[in-house]
Amino acid sequence: MAIVEHVESEGAAVSSGGGADGVRRRDFINIAAVSFAGVGAVAVVVPLVDQMNPSADVLALASTEVDISSIQPGQAIKTTFRSQPLFVRHLTDKEIAEADKVDPSTLRDPQTLAERTVDGKKQWLITMGVCTHLGCVPLGAGEGENRGEYGGYFCPCHGSSYDTAARIRKGPAPKNLEVPKFSFTSDTAILVG
Amino acid sequence: MSFPWAEQYTPKHPAMQWIDEKLPLPRLVYNAVGAGYPVPRNLNYFWNFGVLAGLALMIQIVTGVIMAMHYGANTLVAFGTVEQTMRDVNAGWLMRYAHANGASFFFIVVYLHIFRGLYFGSYKAPREMVWLLGLVIFLLMMATAFMGYVLPWGQMSYWGAKVITGLFGAIPVVGEPIQTWLLGGFAPGNASLNRFFSLHFLLPFVIAAVVILHIWALHIPGSSNPTGVEVKGPQDTVPFHPYYTAKDGFGAGVFLILFAVLLFYAPNYLGHPDNYIEANPLSTPAHIVPEWYFWPFYAILRAFTVDFFFIPAKLLGVLAMFASILLLFFLPWLDTSPVRSGSYRPTFKKFFWILIIDVLILGYCGGAPAAEPYVMISQVAAAYYFAHFLIILPLISRFEKPLPLPNSITEAVLANHGRTDGETVAVPAE
Repeated sequence: MAIVEHVESEGAAVSSGGGADGVRRRDFINIAAVSFAGVGAVAVVVPLVDQMNPSADVLALASTEVDISSIQPGQAIKTTFRSQPLFVRHLTDKEIAEADKVDPSTLRDPQTLAERTVDGKKQWLITMGVCTHLGCVPLGAGEGENRGEYGGYFCPCHGSSYDTAARIRKGPAPKNLEVPKFSFTSDTAILVG
Repeated sequence: MSFPWAEQYTPKHPAMQWIDEKLPLPRLVYNAVGAGYPVPRNLNYFWNFGVLAGLALMIQIVTGVIMAMHYGANTLVAFGTVEQTMRDVNAGWLMRYAHANGASFFFIVVYLHIFRGLYFGSYKAPREMVWLLGLVIFLLMMATAFMGYVLPWGQMSYWGAKVITGLFGAIPVVGEPIQTWLLGGFAPGNASLNRFFSLHFLLPFVIAAVVILHIWALHIPGSSNPTGVEVKGPQDTVPFHPYYTAKDGFGAGVFLILFAVLLFYAPNYLGHPDNYIEANPLSTPAHIVPEWYFWPFYAILRAFTVDFFFIPAKLLGVLAMFASILLLFFLPWLDTSPVRSGSYRPTFKKFFWILIIDVLILGYCGGAPAAEPYVMISQVAAAYYFAHFLIILPLISRFEKPLPLPNSITEAVLANHGRTDGETVAVPAE
């Protein structure tokens, strides 16, 4: 209490002595000190927030190499990419034809099979196995699983059906199955991520 | 704070006097939940649920701290340590079942507590702050319950975490970075499990702190009561202790009996069998549902199936779900009727019960599979929920003619007992 009174009386003395605009030197020091502390506090918050982002070991697994040499036409494999399921599917000529037959403008998420695959390797359909509705794993990658009425993938949770280009055709999902960034490292291997 | 006729704390024992001079903690307790807090004399059993919610919170903290002693927050061992707690730890099964069912009972009493507040207008001036803090507690409870459900690392834990954090992914542009940030990875994993454990341990103590603020804010105007008429004098109140400590004690006994029945005879009744299967990121359970206490909100989330202008259906659902709770923060200003208690508001009362039925229907649909007719029913019920608060309630407040209010709490109490000659009757409770 005594200190506050001291500051006030001193401040009054300064302002009456000089500040024609009513701003005291003490005001400037207060604002400068609080601003400086504020900047410091914000700087400290950055690492506190950033530590929740994926750590280096999680990011180190952010790309996955997949050997596709043994996948026959009509077959698919289920592997993981960023700890989520990844579908690698070798389309048959019939499935490619079915996908190409569709007019993309009639689709909910218009895309052609060519846009979803790599040039010249249209038979390799690589998508995330994560339904775009609420994140379930669709069926259709495993042997004998229900592929839904469009012959691609079928999500058992809420009945979303995907076609042979893994595009959404029926059900609540808003988007096609996501195609991750990937490239062919050789004719029989892909690098995802 | 409190009324001028409140009983004064006068320590008799020299030791208590000595403490009171140094740290008046016993005085604080006496004035908060002792004889020093005058309470309306006409509170009914719906006024028990605040204390019961506090009891439920204490049960959760005690059993939870014990569970944490036997738990390993690592995806490799989490599922196993929970099963080990169930089978090998002395009384571990009791702790886990008490904790899991305790969460359900916590929500049951809190929902009844909110029900009480809605019907008797407890959210109205001068108690808006009590209501707002209560909603903060409710939000914290939901976050805590969600994170706790992830810890056993079963199938429902994993997929629940994925779906719920996926809600944030629906936000345009920043959604996916937020989801990744929340999970500490691209899908629920070890980082997610660890942070959920840390926060699940922390949040109950934050809740306890907000509960103290909630009670503090309540004790400024004092408790409301079934008539909604404010306390006018000493004849309208009785001391909290022994009158309401006794009444709450009885309520706590009933609560504990019902809790014990579920705990010992049907401990898995409210759980999902899928959560006894260890989390598997490559296989989705056929039917993902949250715990029952989230069902009404889950139904609102899933009610949106078509895009509206440029907003995708999924984002609409997320916005509606959050809005359904945030809306309640505005309730004190949406219901402008000066009459608090629903007992004196004939029109309000009818629509209040329709709202309760509406919420129960939403709850039922939220637990059902996302197929017709449930989607359509949830759409209608969700629309009605918003219409109730945004349209019906303000209109009722405007046009309703309330019934005549009693002049005082005492008059209402004596009328209830068939005695009109209030003057000659002594205070019956004493």
